[in-house]
Amino acid sequence: MTAVVAPPESVPNLAPARKPKRRGGPGAIVKYALALIFLIIVLMPMYVLIVTSFKSGSDIGVASQWSLPETWTMASWEKAWNALRPAFFRTFQLAIPVAIISSLIGAANGFVLSRWRFPGADVVFTLILFGMFIPYQAVMIPLREIVTTLGIPPGITTLVFVHCVYGIPICTLIFRNYYATTVPEELIEAARVDGAGLLRTFGRIILPISIPGFVVTIIWQFTSAWNDYLFAIFLSNTRNGPITIALNALAGAQSPDYAASMAGALITSLPTLVVYVLLGRWFIGGLMAGSVKS
Amino acid sequence: MRKLRHWGPGLLLLSPSLILLAVFVYGLIAWTTKVSVSDEHNALGSKGFVGLENYTKLFTNDINDRFTHSLKNLLIFTVVFLVGAMFFGLLWAFILERGIKAEGFFRTVYLFPMAVSFVASGVVWRWLMNPNKGESAGGLNSVLGGLGLDFLQNTWWTNPDWGMAAMAIPAIWQLSGYVMALFLAGFRGIPQELREAAAMDGASTYRLYRNVIFPQLTPVALSALIILGHMSMKMFDLIMSVSGPQWLTEVPAIYVWQTLLTSDYAKAAAISIILLLLVAVVIVPYLIYTNRQEKNA
Repeated sequence: MTAVVAPPESVPNLAPARKPKRRGGPGAIVKYALALIFLIIVLMPMYVLIVTSFKSGSDIGVASQWSLPETWTMASWEKAWNALRPAFFRTFQLAIPVAIISSLIGAANGFVLSRWRFPGADVVFTLILFGMFIPYQAVMIPLREIVTTLGIPPGITTLVFVHCVYGIPICTLIFRNYYATTVPEELIEAARVDGAGLLRTFGRIILPISIPGFVVTIIWQFTSAWNDYLFAIFLSNTRNGPITIALNALAGAQSPDYAASMAGALITSLPTLVVYVLLGRWFIGGLMAGSVKS
Repeated sequence: MRKLRHWGPGLLLLSPSLILLAVFVYGLIAWTTKVSVSDEHNALGSKGFVGLENYTKLFTNDINDRFTHSLKNLLIFTVVFLVGAMFFGLLWAFILERGIKAEGFFRTVYLFPMAVSFVASGVVWRWLMNPNKGESAGGLNSVLGGLGLDFLQNTWWTNPDWGMAAMAIPAIWQLSGYVMALFLAGFRGIPQELREAAAMDGASTYRLYRNVIFPQLTPVALSALIILGHMSMKMFDLIMSVSGPQWLTEVPAIYVWQTLLTSDYAKAAAISIILLLLVAVVIVPYLIYTNRQEKNA
């Protein structure tokens, strides 16, 4: 019960502590049966997305909705890719800088808050954390006004800034807990004895051992920026916005082209799914932040 | 002076973030509050201060009781979403907790919807929750028909009374895995000795879970409820993507957006602030509570 957050590596170990004892019997069979049924249910939308995206127009009727395509075609993928391509690349220009900048800011803040217990540090920390729970509608009206008044063009640059600012709380939280649990006090003390100041300690000693923290915040911020729709709809449009806006334009029409919409949904989800599959352990670490006490 | 030298460098490193958050979180909330008590109902700007009029009007004088309707929608959505996600999350964690091979594989699959955006999953859920029934049934209704469960076929989110309960289904699909991960971490945090001691005392499996394990999971359950609850109150992307903005499925977060499209800034600000207060009522006690816990640790 130490933290608001899953501590250290911030990557909770979800695997069983020891090899489970092999136990047959009816209990185990029921468990496997249930696990399989839920597996099918969870994957069902994915099945629909994939098969529909390869169907041709005549194949999409109600009768054949759940069956495999009569003839597999890439036409809808091509259509979706053409519609989404510019936004797809723009979203990388959004999500990558956001991931890097937020993580650096988070590391600096987390380090300070984990070591320097200045008076009122707890209150300051709580005030920082509250920023990650607010409904962003509550800041959106003035935010838009500022952007318009300052003549900042809507689009990726504005969104990078906004995601970095509102990403400060979660990244600070992740790093604070990472440092509080993994960096031994003696290490900092030794650096201080050697006469290293705060900045030098941070740059030379702390940053190099912060990789696991960075992996978590980079994945987290990349995914949130990539999947964001709320900031995007307020601060960009289909010509300069990220892929969620483009997908919504493709799929949200009155009588949408279902095959192309679904191919588009898959294209939109591909980068975050790849990240999840390759780096799942750390992905979960980000998810746990801001919630678990263990 | 010595104090300054001690805290100084740390504060210096922290101050850019503090300033940004002071301005962009608290400053802008104050600004929104100010708009919410003004009469800025169009793009021409504000003429003056009207007190809480915009707030009271939302409850007493909104056309068709639109705001209370959106709150009712939000309530139905939140209840179904929380109950559903907590139920499946706990059940999955319980299934996977022990004695199952390929646990990692199941866990990965159950959790994958979290990596997908609501905007993308909304595309497929709109198709799955096709309201047609009988001969022309599609999506989930045709599966139910095929399974001989025709009586379960329904109009999903297009039902005027309980449509929001159906709208919660995609959210449950997306977040049950998250709840499962929280509970799994909770299960793993329970020392093996505790289970062994209970077994030694001759406790049945039922009693082991009922009296030993579940009580230990209460803090996890609380966290999960708070996180899901505040997400639910802010729900925007999913509904925009499944139904688009429309009366049937309108919640406060969408009402704000729709109101802004008509340039009624004061009203939009008032709804936003109510939304903020709803979230704060849940989150602030939680933050204080965890802060205190941490100090005691």
